[in-house]
This record gives sequence, structure tokens and C-alpha cells, in this order.
Amino acid sequence: MIFSLSSSIFHFPLALAVTSLPAEVGINHYLLLSALLFAIGFFGVLLRRNTLVVYLCLELMLSASTLAAVAFSRFNGTMDGNIFVFFIITVAAAEVAVGLAIIVALFRLRHTVQLEELTALKH
Amino acid sequence: MTQLQPMAEFPFYFFAFLTVLAAAGVVVNRNAVNAALCLLLSFMGMAALFVLLEAYFLAVLQVLVYAGAVAVLFLFVIMLFDVKGGDPRKPYQKVAAVSGLLALALLITGVLSLAKHSQLTAAAPVTTTVVGSDLKDYGYLLFTKYLLPVEMTGFLLLIAMLGVAMLGRKQGKETGASIQEAGGGRPETGGRRLETGDRRDSLSESRVP
Repeated sequence: MIFSLSSSIFHFPLALAVTSLPAEVGINHYLLLSALLFAIGFFGVLLRRNTLVVYLCLELMLSASTLAAVAFSRFNGTMDGNIFVFFIITVAAAEVAVGLAIIVALFRLRHTVQLEELTALKH
Repeated sequence: MTQLQPMAEFPFYFFAFLTVLAAAGVVVNRNAVNAALCLLLSFMGMAALFVLLEAYFLAVLQVLVYAGAVAVLFLFVIMLFDVKGGDPRKPYQKVAAVSGLLALALLITGVLSLAKHSQLTAAAPVTTTVVGSDLKDYGYLLFTKYLLPVEMTGFLLLIAMLGVAMLGRKQGKETGASIQEAGGGRPETGGRRLETGDRRDSLSESRVP
């Protein structure tokens, strides 16, 4: 539903450009997909109550942004976006290791990973 | 859906729908293990999209690092915890509505700004040279233009490794008293990836004599 709605919004100003393009999926398709994945990840971060699933959704958002960077790099004809995504993937691997270690330490301390029970700063 | 020829756009739409459906599966799955497996599928779809964008090296890297290391690490930790999925006990209808509204607003804003200010539509040509496929370019750029970021990333990996080793340690005497009283006395069921080898060695040594 969301996809058809947004794509109908999306294709209306693009119709002129699409007819002049060769039979190829353009950059806007990739950017729309990236925005959609980012919104899904954002939704999950706000909605879910398990720390691990929230972290999964954060990874999804990060990966969606790399898709936009790769698409920009491809359609711009330069290598720099690819190099940038290379660094992002490297840093994301380190970040996941540290974040999961923190979650493991949190679980060892509090014996839960549910966000509604982790209210130490609230009181 | 559009006026594009179906042959050229079929792989994009196939993998795009696969990625989006798997991403939605991450959000809606009650079981955390299923969510992690859906994330793995989403990463694989994104790697296929990288192939379609002719960034072959990044596609391989996505499969190796994200689908190989990150998703497996997530699965490892989820199975280690043995938590029951983590679905909300009472339905969070208000939270779901607000977060869905926010995500939809984010998406609509992005799409509208894309539709209004898309200046790259005319400049989306068939680039004659495939930029992302040449590994020589990667090596050249990484060791000339991006030498400092490479060094900093290596240092960051070292720091992350040390940080994970510190975080995964057994709580010693330099940690706070609250940690000791909360975590002390309980048998360690797991969670330390780096120290199990040492402990096993000490156990086997104590058993040998």
C-alpha cells in the first residue's frame, strides 16, 4: 500500500524523464528503495521492545543508507561513493561487535533485554 | 508499473521487493531468531542490488561482512540469551500508530523531496566505464587518496577489538560494587567469547593432575 502510494507520487514528475531514458532503472528507483528501507528500519526502532531487534533495525537503516551511497556513486560515474561504502561496512562490523558486547554485558547485569524494563535512568 | 521495458527492470523489482519484504519481516516478526534470519535475507537482496549497480566488490563484501559476520553474530547472541522473542506483552497500539506515522512522514518527505528536486534524472546515463568493478581502482584509491582513512579504520578495528575484550571480561575488582552484587554468585552461562578458551585451558589443567 505504502509502496504503490509513494510510487504513484514518485512517478508522476518522473514520467517525462522516464520516456527519454533508455530501458533502465534510474537512480530515483534506488533512492526510493533506500528511503523505504530506512523508513522500515526507523519504524522497527520505534516499535520494537527487544534491544536486539532494535539493533537489527538499526543495522537495516545503516545498510539502506549505503544503498543510496552506492547508487549515487554508480550514477555519478565516480568511485568515491564505493570507497565510502567500503569504510562504512568496515566501521559497521566493528560497531556491531562493540554493540553486541555491550548488550551482552547489559544482559549479564540486568538479566533482561526488554526495553521497558531498562528504566534505571528514569527513576 | 511504469513505461519501462519489463526485461530491464525485472531484476531490480524482484530484488527490491525481496529486500523490502525481508526488511518488513525483521520488524513484524515476533521471534528474534526469525527477525535475524529475515535481516540476513534482506542483506542478501541488498547485495544483489549492489550487483545490479555494478559494485561487485561491495556485493561480495556485503555478503561476507553483513550476511556472514554480522547476522551470524546476531544469531549467536540471540541464541545465547534464550529470550522469548521479545514481543510486547501488551499490544503497543499507540506506540505502533505513532511510529508508523513518523516512518510514513519520513518516507513521504523523502519521496517528495526526491520528486521535486531530482536533478539527476537527466544525468542518469549508461556510463561507459564500469566504475565499481575494477579492483585495481580500489587498491589505488585506498593507498593514495584515502590512505589516512584506511589507517584510521585499522586503528578503529584495533580499538573495537580491545573494547570488546574489555566488555566481555569477567567482572573483576575494578568494577563497581553494584555490578558485583548483581552479577556475583551467579554461574556464568556464557557471553564471553574471548575468555572461554582460557577458562577451558585452566579447567583442563586443573583436571590433569
